[in-house]
Amino acid sequence: MKAHTLSVLVENRAGVLSRVAGLFSRRGFNIESLAVGTCEEPGSSRMTIVVESDDSQIEQVQKQLNKLIDVIKVSDITENEIVERELALIKVNAEPGSSRAEVMQIASIFRAQIVDVGSKTVVLEATGDTNKINALEKLLRQYGIKELVRTGKIAVLRGSKTVQSSK
Amino acid sequence: MKTGAKILIEGLQREGVETLFGYPGGSVLPIYDELYDSSLRHILVRHEQAAAHAADGYARASGRVGVCLATSGPGACNLVTGIATAYMDSVPIVALTGQVPTLLLGNDAFQESDITGITTPITKHNYLVKETKDLGRIVREAFYIARTGRPGPVLIDLPKDVCTNQIPGENHLPDHISLPGYRPTYKGHVRQIEKALEALERAERPVIYAGGGIIASGASTELVEFAERGLLPVTTTLMGLGAIPADHPLNLGMLGMHGTEYANYAVTECDLLFAIGVRFDDRVTGKIQTFAPNATIVHADIDPAEIGKNKKVDVPIVGDAKAILQAMLHRMNRRDGRESWLEKVRVWKEKHPLRYRCDGRLRPQYIIQELSNILNGEGIIVSEVGQNQMWTAQWYRFKKPRSWLTSGGLGTMGYGFPAAIGAQCARPDETVFDIAGDGSFQMNIQELGTVAQTGLPVKVAILNNMYLGMVRQWQELFYDRRYSYTELPPVDFVRIASAYGIDGMRVDAAEDVRQALRAAIDADGPFILDFRIEREENVFPMVPAGAAINEMIGGHSG
Repeated sequence: MKAHTLSVLVENRAGVLSRVAGLFSRRGFNIESLAVGTCEEPGSSRMTIVVESDDSQIEQVQKQLNKLIDVIKVSDITENEIVERELALIKVNAEPGSSRAEVMQIASIFRAQIVDVGSKTVVLEATGDTNKINALEKLLRQYGIKELVRTGKIAVLRGSKTVQSSK
Repeated sequence: MKTGAKILIEGLQREGVETLFGYPGGSVLPIYDELYDSSLRHILVRHEQAAAHAADGYARASGRVGVCLATSGPGACNLVTGIATAYMDSVPIVALTGQVPTLLLGNDAFQESDITGITTPITKHNYLVKETKDLGRIVREAFYIARTGRPGPVLIDLPKDVCTNQIPGENHLPDHISLPGYRPTYKGHVRQIEKALEALERAERPVIYAGGGIIASGASTELVEFAERGLLPVTTTLMGLGAIPADHPLNLGMLGMHGTEYANYAVTECDLLFAIGVRFDDRVTGKIQTFAPNATIVHADIDPAEIGKNKKVDVPIVGDAKAILQAMLHRMNRRDGRESWLEKVRVWKEKHPLRYRCDGRLRPQYIIQELSNILNGEGIIVSEVGQNQMWTAQWYRFKKPRSWLTSGGLGTMGYGFPAAIGAQCARPDETVFDIAGDGSFQMNIQELGTVAQTGLPVKVAILNNMYLGMVRQWQELFYDRRYSYTELPPVDFVRIASAYGIDGMRVDAAEDVRQALRAAIDADGPFILDFRIEREENVFPMVPAGAAINEMIGGHSG
């Protein structure tokens, strides 16, 4: 079992996300993360889906995705050179004084932004690959994370190669 | 200016629809009003489930797209079993459902259900039409999707206002269909086809395992020629019966749980399995690890997701069964040799034929055998699900494709009678028989009303054992004869038929079978035969669930 990253180009129509998500749930495939938004092709969206599976199962996942009429192209980009990012917003306890200074120092090391400061908390915005976000999250736990949201991974191939239509 | 309902009817006519099966209701009143003036034939069923099965039977018997129509909410929900049945067996139907007006969508309005949400896992695709201007395009796409590639059901949900709204212009049906995400592969890859031929050439003990894909793609002639030229024994799935004539010397009959002993032995011992238009269903393979354990597996299918799904495949070919067989025949030489393999298969056939006890009692196998003799393997035979289905699969000697309609994948009790209605509409000149169990028949017995009203001359042969027979058989074999809730009280089906104005006959003795079948066939209208068969007759041979397919019970060796 390993994490596979799928880049999926879909028609931007109502119900597509539910078709994709429904396919995963009823066939017993486990989605680690799923991020979706519009893309360079008008009328299309791109999904980045991370799935924990073995090689034969990922082949089946791809084939089943390809069967959906609204799915234009499915690519497993796990083995490719990719740029991958995740965005996290982390609300962490940071009382004025030493703990706040430490949190701000950690943010600076991880090149995270402080995007909100409250009387007892700060909100950090961090982008990076999954490992970086995991490491930041682990460090901040000692201060007490009040709330954490992550977008899930988005990814794009390095260089001039692209994942585009024509199944 | 045209209303949505008018555009819908024109769309159906443009797709060549002549008959549809449906049940009116509030949300589809605009469509029914438009139907009233149209040339389309509407068959009024008594339950929406029957509308879906009838559309399915129509599609299987004719090779065309079947159409059913139901109102919103409960009407739409009642289609679900029929749609799932068509989905599992890859049958092209278009299901039209009414929906509450768009303004009320999502408000839990009276008779609202999220039918596109409900049917997403059991349709090839579905649509909720939000605007009348999209309707023409959607109707065209729906039929195209249903009938092309791996066929399947498509649902169109039609809010009432989409049907009543008028839009300007005359022609709302586009000539061109654009679906960038849908490009089925028909032609098999040449290199893969060559690899398959090389593997076939090398094989000493090959077997063809052919399924419903042969019927769907109209590849029967090619299959028979391919088998003859390559000296290849052929076993078919339940869905593939009729793909090769039952009396063809290379035909091994059905394989799997209730398949023939010789088919199961041949598959277990083959060194090459050429699987085409099949999906390695568990009812066929039994324990998957021991299915064709020493064979090179070639698998040809139009759906790439079926290849390698259940069984590791050595040579995959994605494409249409007919196109692939044609391409292979084009490159294939007549094969000699393999005498010892064919001889071995012949000896198995001779030593382990299908059999039943002939002791003068009324046995279901005898009834089906007699029907097969009388109709000479012609006609259209539809079955319900259970023992009746397996006995028919074993004992009716099908000669042609599209002469056998049954719910294989979903195993839907109650399928047969409405599907027979659909088949009779599609092929009015054929004798259509529904072979039923008393349990299954009672699942859609209300359709007696439909045949009574339409006069459709559907014949029903009820193999009445006053049990849910197949479940009882499992209870007998695996639950120590504890017949928990599988016994049904006797029902006088002839009197029920009579209440609808339909003729019928009860048969208690084997010597009356032939005459009774004749009477049904000769009757101008529908006819019900109530055969009181041996109550605890079993379907044998049988592979217990999870066993290897050569480990049969109840056969000669069992």
